[in-house]
Amino acid sequence: MELGYLFGTVLKMMALLAWIYGLLWGLAREKLWEKALTIVLAFAVIQGAMLFNVGDFSLFSAFDQGLLYQAITMTMVALGLNLIYGFNGQFSLAQWGFYGIGAYTAADITYRWTSGDASGLVVVGLGVILGAAALFGVSRLLRLKRGVPVLSAFTFYLIALVVVGVVSVFLGGEISAALSPLFGTAGAPGPLASPAALQVVFFFSVVFAGAFAAEVSFLFGLPVLSLGSDYFGIATLGFAIVVKTLLVNSDTILPFKEMKGGRGMIGIPKLTSWSWAFVFLVLVIILVRNFVRSSTGRATLAVREDEIAARAMGIDVAGNKLQAFVVGSFVAGIGGAIYAHFMGFLSPASFDFIAGFNPLIIVVFGGLGSMTGTIAAAFGWIFFLEGFLRVLLGQMGTDAPTWRFVLYPIALLLLMLVRPQGLLGTVEWGFFKAKATSKRHKAAGEGSAPESAKAGD
Amino acid sequence: MPTSTDPNKTKALGSRAREARRGPPLAWVGWTFLIVLGAGTLVYIASKAWSDPTLFLQNLLDGLKLGFVYALIALGYTMVYGIVKLINFAHGDVFMVGAFTSFYAVSRFSLHKWPQAVFPSMAPGLSIVIGSLTVILLSMAVCVILAVTIERVAYKPLRDAPRIAALITAIGVSFFLEFFGALPFVFSGRFIPYQSPFPTTAWYIQDGIHPIVSGQASPDNTISFSNIFLIIAAASILVQLLLQFIVKRTKIGIAMRAASYDKSTARLMGINVDRVISFTFAVGAAFAGLGGVLYAIAYSSIWTQLGILPGLKAFVAAVLGGIGSIPGAFVGALIMGQAEAMTMSYISTPMRDAVAFTILILVLLVKPTGLFGEPSGEKA
Repeated sequence: MELGYLFGTVLKMMALLAWIYGLLWGLAREKLWEKALTIVLAFAVIQGAMLFNVGDFSLFSAFDQGLLYQAITMTMVALGLNLIYGFNGQFSLAQWGFYGIGAYTAADITYRWTSGDASGLVVVGLGVILGAAALFGVSRLLRLKRGVPVLSAFTFYLIALVVVGVVSVFLGGEISAALSPLFGTAGAPGPLASPAALQVVFFFSVVFAGAFAAEVSFLFGLPVLSLGSDYFGIATLGFAIVVKTLLVNSDTILPFKEMKGGRGMIGIPKLTSWSWAFVFLVLVIILVRNFVRSSTGRATLAVREDEIAARAMGIDVAGNKLQAFVVGSFVAGIGGAIYAHFMGFLSPASFDFIAGFNPLIIVVFGGLGSMTGTIAAAFGWIFFLEGFLRVLLGQMGTDAPTWRFVLYPIALLLLMLVRPQGLLGTVEWGFFKAKATSKRHKAAGEGSAPESAKAGD
Repeated sequence: MPTSTDPNKTKALGSRAREARRGPPLAWVGWTFLIVLGAGTLVYIASKAWSDPTLFLQNLLDGLKLGFVYALIALGYTMVYGIVKLINFAHGDVFMVGAFTSFYAVSRFSLHKWPQAVFPSMAPGLSIVIGSLTVILLSMAVCVILAVTIERVAYKPLRDAPRIAALITAIGVSFFLEFFGALPFVFSGRFIPYQSPFPTTAWYIQDGIHPIVSGQASPDNTISFSNIFLIIAAASILVQLLLQFIVKRTKIGIAMRAASYDKSTARLMGINVDRVISFTFAVGAAFAGLGGVLYAIAYSSIWTQLGILPGLKAFVAAVLGGIGSIPGAFVGALIMGQAEAMTMSYISTPMRDAVAFTILILVLLVKPTGLFGEPSGEKA
């Protein structure tokens, strides 16, 4: 059984890598219908594999599906971190904290909704929308005066967000109280209690969770990004620790009884299906890729390479770092939301800062500044460490699972000694490649080769 | 913090100079925020101290105890960072290994009893002192060997690699020590009660100092402290002085300062930089080992992830004081200890980490080099 399992897992990992390659290759096509066809096909292949059951044998067992969802959330978190760290050069350990924030936010929204309470959705939605408006407004006002110190700007943003928070809690309470009759009773469920409404709420909960994480990251990143690299790393580590502390005490320090603090939040509706996970994965891939390939993304790369030179080119360095940080955190929040609704259970222990090194290690393994490497490493990481090694070592005895945490630092050390640029270096597949293949660039020669060669650092 | 008050001398001086004198616009908002925050905290603590002075003094003592332990660990961080610009994450785990070494020496091998066994006629007080010192020295030696090995095996090959590679390696080493230690045949992953090599006595202050009879609680509304507190304080202060002496007066100390200032020039001056770096790791690890033993005695329970949070707090303390500065690490550690003790007592125990990191962020915003740090531009 073990040999068969081993062989099967390796095959599955290779098949998934091929699947990723195909997806990225298809997304890189020029015509829109080709891209659409690729997405549909990529969706259908896995969906078909999940439905393929012959007697006892299932191609994609429930365990494998769990691994797949974990790999997808890890991909999102790691892609966001790669944006912050790989492309912008800001050594952040806060990503896991934003992941936790996203997970708990989304879980709280749908949990309250399924228990007939719209307040989660309404309050978070209002808060996120008004908060974005407030942040935008304050930033516009601050732009009138040049050279406002970070601390003052932070104070303004903080006051604005506190006001927005109070307003949205108050307004949201009123609105959700008005909405509550629409839920109906257990006997006669109202229009809001229908499964279709729940799916819509799920979509919004994921988006709002990401946006909430993004706004928190804005407020946190604004002062902290000005600290300089190592201090920024320590401050973000502190953020991850603080988030975990707050989650452990979410029912005592924070007023969220349903999160149940350190005992873990149970009863989250399991809404993550393959369709939703796939949709959000593709959206995140497109978002991150387009961010990196936009002019903002080029500025991001410039900031990583040399801040002084970037400033001389007219790039707003602080603003650019903040942009990358916020987008990365947004993606992490979405990943957290997907994770929460696939697990159905959230424990603060899984948002420990020690686990927060995992996405960092994935990004480094895959190669800093290589999106393909990040995705491949995230899938490989989950399927190898969580699936393969856990099962294999689990069969060897009760103490053996500890060994995987002994083995992977050794692997990490060897990798750092032998190949510090990561397994894939700066290799990019299909969709992530800079557009060197378009006809205009082809005539001019290998247009973007120097860029990709330089990105190794 | 971007200082936009760069005096641009080629431009019209009139309004610009006035602007530069006034500082950046709206700076008062940030300062008001900070002052309100600081004043609020002070008023809150003062009111608590007024209503229950003994509790406040007790917190002060507890904070000092924590702070002195942090100071011992912070030295290793600040020295290593000063020279190789590496956040040595494994330092906290070296601290843990120090605690475990002394645990095995005391509980398994009864090393602290050797003077009694060899020289039965020795005075019991002296034999306890010598025995305990042996245990501490053994732990320090093990930590030194461990740290130098780590430096040679893991960090040295990466000296010219990008800094992040070294940082990731440090994280890897840290994980390895924690989880290798958690294996059942090494230290095991459980909490282990720690047996002190010397008897602990505590005193309480109430119209003079009285010893607390073991098994009895100290009377209400009194301040209590133990001999461990005194030992930690003495050890920490002694180590500071010793280190000041080493760095300021000895040849290797001069070499350390030269290497931290400019490695390649130091090498040209005939300094063996590799040896200096190894020595730095060794000194830091020795103090961490000492800190580990004292921490284990003071808090009487050890496990393999014991080093993570004290290590981080100590690093935060080093940053707070100005990284690379030895008195800075000491002061930062004391501030950290106080902040933590006050938070635990007056706000809530779980929030102590949050407060520690908030203080760090605020201090760095106001003074980016830390309290005692020398301004050094970060190299791109």
